[in-house]
Order: sequence, then structure tokens, then C-alpha cells
Amino acid sequence: MADKEKAAAYWSANLRLILGSLVIWALCSFGFGILLRPMLSGIAVGGADLGFWFAQQGSILIFLALIFFYAWRMNKLDKEFGLEE
Amino acid sequence: MSQFVINLLFVGASFMLYIGIAIWARAGSTKEFYVAGGGVHPVTNGMATAADWMSAASFISMAGLISVGYVNSSFLMGWTGGFVLLAMLLAPYLRKFGKFTVPDFVGDRFNSKAARVVAVICLLVISTTYVIGQMTGAGVAFARFLEVSSTTGLIIASCIVFVYAVLGGMKGITYTQVAQYVVLIVAYTIPAIFISLQMTGHLLPQTGLFGTHTESGIPMLQKLDEVVRELGFQDYTADVSNKLNMFLFTMSLMIGTAGLPHVIIRFFTVPKVADARWSAGWALVFIAILYTTAPAVASMGRLNLINTIYPDGPSAPALEYAERPQWLQTWEDTGLVRFEDKNNDGRIQMYNEAPAFAETAEARGWAGNELVVNNDILVLANPEIANLPGWVIGLIAAGGIAAALSTAAGLLLAISSAISHDLIKNMINPKISEKGEMLAARISMAVAIAIATWLGINPPGFAAQVVALAFGIAAASIFPVLMMGIFSKRINSKGAVLGMLAGLLSTTIYIFMYLGWFFIPGTNTLANVPDNWLFGISPLSFGAVGAVINFAVAFGVSYLTEEPPQEIQDLVESVRYPKGAGDAVAH
Repeated sequence: MADKEKAAAYWSANLRLILGSLVIWALCSFGFGILLRPMLSGIAVGGADLGFWFAQQGSILIFLALIFFYAWRMNKLDKEFGLEE
Repeated sequence: MSQFVINLLFVGASFMLYIGIAIWARAGSTKEFYVAGGGVHPVTNGMATAADWMSAASFISMAGLISVGYVNSSFLMGWTGGFVLLAMLLAPYLRKFGKFTVPDFVGDRFNSKAARVVAVICLLVISTTYVIGQMTGAGVAFARFLEVSSTTGLIIASCIVFVYAVLGGMKGITYTQVAQYVVLIVAYTIPAIFISLQMTGHLLPQTGLFGTHTESGIPMLQKLDEVVRELGFQDYTADVSNKLNMFLFTMSLMIGTAGLPHVIIRFFTVPKVADARWSAGWALVFIAILYTTAPAVASMGRLNLINTIYPDGPSAPALEYAERPQWLQTWEDTGLVRFEDKNNDGRIQMYNEAPAFAETAEARGWAGNELVVNNDILVLANPEIANLPGWVIGLIAAGGIAAALSTAAGLLLAISSAISHDLIKNMINPKISEKGEMLAARISMAVAIAIATWLGINPPGFAAQVVALAFGIAAASIFPVLMMGIFSKRINSKGAVLGMLAGLLSTTIYIFMYLGWFFIPGTNTLANVPDNWLFGISPLSFGAVGAVINFAVAFGVSYLTEEPPQEIQDLVESVRYPKGAGDAVAH
């Protein structure tokens, strides 16, 4: 594979990964935590509901998981494409 | 030992530690001064970033803000979610670019002096407004815990910052921030663990929040909902009706966070692109420890306060003023808690004076809310409310000051590097020597500290509002231009400059319209009430809209004008791939 094609493939893999991650990012915070909270109101979590849990705890935990997953996956991609430092 | 001596010992010991670090970590080159030599371990940088990011507001005021109820969850999601954007959209590529400041990237990527100048202006407005809040925060902590006037306190604090920031630059700041993180997180979590154990029996405040209230046997949040309802307040967990505003406010805080220059430059200090990615994760780990604890402190602190005022429940007679606990007396002296016996019954009635509740209040013989409590109390008085020993209070004092100073130092570095590197080295005198640039950096740092101290002693009346401006501008100008600079090769200098100006102006004008032109009281065009807001969008939430305007203008203008030259497109290519990043380019 030519260098240019390889670089393009790496970049589009990165964009796909970012897009996927940001969909989850938005779904958990803006979705479950804010806009979709009424839909989740039936699921009780200790005195409140699932939407409230996402707004005050869950979304932060998801953010953490997303960043570490992204870092792990990208650092692996760097090596697969021979683009690591 | 009196509480004053304990507080003095804790704060004094923390200051000795910071000065010791300053002497050990002196900067010898501009690279050390601007980016700590570029060799900071990702975990170390994560911890420093956490202290850099968590300001006096996060430490002292946030729990109080969240205690209003669900609607202010925006602060929790907004101030953490921005790190996801940083990790994926900005930090790794800017690290690969490998220079020293945020305007550096904007100036080079758009090959435009105008773009660099606009970026410098945005940076200076954001960082200066932000630093005022930190200095006032430090002054307040001094005044409350050390019984010195806040002026004396501020001057002492400035001297400490002067020593490690001017001597050590980013290098000194990095390692003091690590120490400050440890101080502030210990100070925040210990009282939180105790209050969680007392209220719910849970060791972890994060699970205690959703645990069972030990005294009543029902879930803690349900109990809180019940008692606040009986006092005429909205349910703690109640949903909000203006979802659009909550959405935009959260979004503004997220992209504002990702666009804050003093946070971004922290990622220039790690050795490699891969480290910048890990480091963003570690930063959020250290931040999340405080941010997942804060909602527990908020809800349990509020429930605890109400229980203290109404020992037999909100419908039974309230606490007699003469029998109030010691901590309430202590904090009355500071003015953070104020009592006025409006119905002359010698008891403390605290409730919501809303019209809907007026009838109930009258029936109970209440003549108005008698206890005004500043929200900062939830954190500051937490150890006393929970009956913790004196050393925990000393710890809170040191923690509050650490939170303020660590953020102030990061901001001061962003300001001084923008002046010495972007204005002096890159625009006014490109031939300046390495030594000359270092001296310029140190002088601008010293001047910035002097100005910040002066502003802290004489805070402009609008100090609280300008933080909104800082986030709004970061969201509407810096974040979009950086993101477009990396993810689009087509955006040219005209698009970038006009986009930044459009975002900056629309956001500033919208804020000024409701909060007063240049924050001069009484000059606002419209009253700052929800009925006047455009589509119900509050001035604090407008940053996200400003960002959309920035993106739209930049794309529109760029596609109507010429493509950026090949070497700029090559530069964009090069920041996208980690290979060949190496050291920060000396120039």
C-alpha cells in the first residue's frame, strides 16, 4: 500500500472511531442525562431515576471509558499503520 | 491548639512545599519555561491538568450550585465532557504540531498575523477574566480561615505564585500543581466520606448518593425530595421544562472547557502524541474523583442543613435560634449565613418564599425566610457540620487555596507566553535571543501577577459574570478555530479570522445585551429574565450558538474564497499523523 493511501486509511479509521465515540458521548450526556430523561423515568435508581444517575454519575464514567478506549485503540492503530513515534 | 493555629500550620506547610518545589524545578530554557521541557509523564501531566482545571469555583462553589437540584447537573456533565472533546479533537494533534502556545497553531495553520492577533486577544480576555475569579477565591479562603484581611492574604498568595511561576515557568507550575492536586483532593474527599457514612452508611459518597438514608430508612434522594417539597422548593430530582437551555448550557461548558488555552497548553508538555491521548484520560480520572463526589456533598449537605434547622421534620417547629450549633454561629460571623427573626418566635424558619407556598407558610405562622445561606457553606462548613476534628478544617483551608493558586498559575503562564512568545517573539521582535525571550516571559509573568493581584484586591463588580464571558468566548472562538484547523484543509485564513470574529462578537453582544454593556450595571438592553431570552436561551448558554455561527461563517467564507496554499495543506496532513512529532520545534 502506498504511503498516501495508508495515511488516508489511517485518518478515516480515526474519524470513524471519533464519530462512534462522540455518538456514545452525546447519547449518555445530552440523551439519557437531559433530553431522553422522561423516557427513562420508569427505571428507579436509589430514590431517583436512571436519567438522574446519568446526569450526575453515569455520563462522567462513560466519558472516562471513552477516552481510555480511544487512546488504547488509536495507539494500536498508530502501530498497525506504522505511524507511531 | 486553636483552630486558627491548625489552619495556619496546614496552609503554611503547603506553602513551604510549593516553594521547595519551585527551588528544585527552575526553568533553564524557553522550552522548559513554556512546556516544562516536553518530558512530563502522562499521569503526572494528568494530575497537574486536574489541578490546573479545577478552580476555586470547582472546589468551593460547585457543590452549592449543584445543591439547587437536577437542573445544575449541567456543571457536572459540562465540565467533564469537554475532556472527551480535548482527547479526540484537539490535544493529540496540537501536541504533534509541537509548538508552545495556542495562538502559535492558529497563526501558523492559517499563515496569518491577523488570525494570530485575534487568537491572542481571545486568549487574553479569557485568561484575565478567569484569573480574577481565582485571586478573589484565594483571598476569600485566606480571610475566612486565617483571620487575615483578604488583601494581606492575596499579597502572600501572589508572592508564593511569583516564586514558583516566575522561576520555574511551566516546569515549576507542573510539579506544584501535582502537589496542589493532592492537597485539594484529600481536603475534598475526607469530609465527603464522613458525611456519606453519617447519612447513608456508605463509605463511597458516589454510592451513598443513591443509598438509603439511615435515619428514615428510605432512599436518601427521596427523603431530600420530600423535605424540600415541604418547604416549598421544587423537588431536588425534578426534571426541567427548558430542555433546550439545559442542552445548550451543557454544550457551552463542554466546548468552552475544550477551548480554554491554559488547559490545552498542558498537553504540550508530554513527550509523545500517544502520551497526550493517555494524559487526557488520566486528567479526567483525577477530575472525576472530585466531580463524582460533588453531587453527594451537594445533596447530603443540603439534607443535613435542613435536618439541623428542622430537627423534628419541616412540619414541626424549627430549631430555636438560641440552641443553634456552634458552626452556625461561626459562619454567621463571616456573613455567609445570615439570620433575621421576621416573625419574632425565636426559631429559625428557612423555606422558599415563592407565591405558591405563601398560604402554607402563613398558616404555619411564618413571616418570610429567616435564614440566608451562601452556597459555598456546603463545602466550607462541611467538616464542622459533620463534627470532624480541627485538622480536617485546616485541610479545607489549604485545599481551597491550592485550588485557586494552581488554576491561577496555569492562567498566568498562558497569559505570559502569549505576550512573550506570540506578541514579542513572533510579531514585534523576531530576532530576540533565547535569553531575551526568557526574560520577556518572566517579566510578563511578573506583570500579569501584579495585575491579577490588583484585580483580586479591587474585584470589578462583575467578577461573577465575567466567568460566563470566558467560557462563552472559549466556546465560540478558540474551540471552533482549532478544530477546523485540524479537521479541514479547506478552511483558509479569511474564513478563520471572520469565523472567530463572528463567534466572538455574537457571543459577547448576546451576553452584554442581558448583563449590561461591558458589564456596567443598568446598561443592559433587556432585563435578564427567561421571558426575554431568544428562544429561551440564557446568556450563559450562548457559547454553543456562537460556536455554530463561527463554524458556519468560516465554512461559508472559505468555500467562496481561494484554497489554502499547498504547504498549509501539508501542515494539516502532518499534524494528523503521530510519526515524526519528536521534540517541540525550537524556533
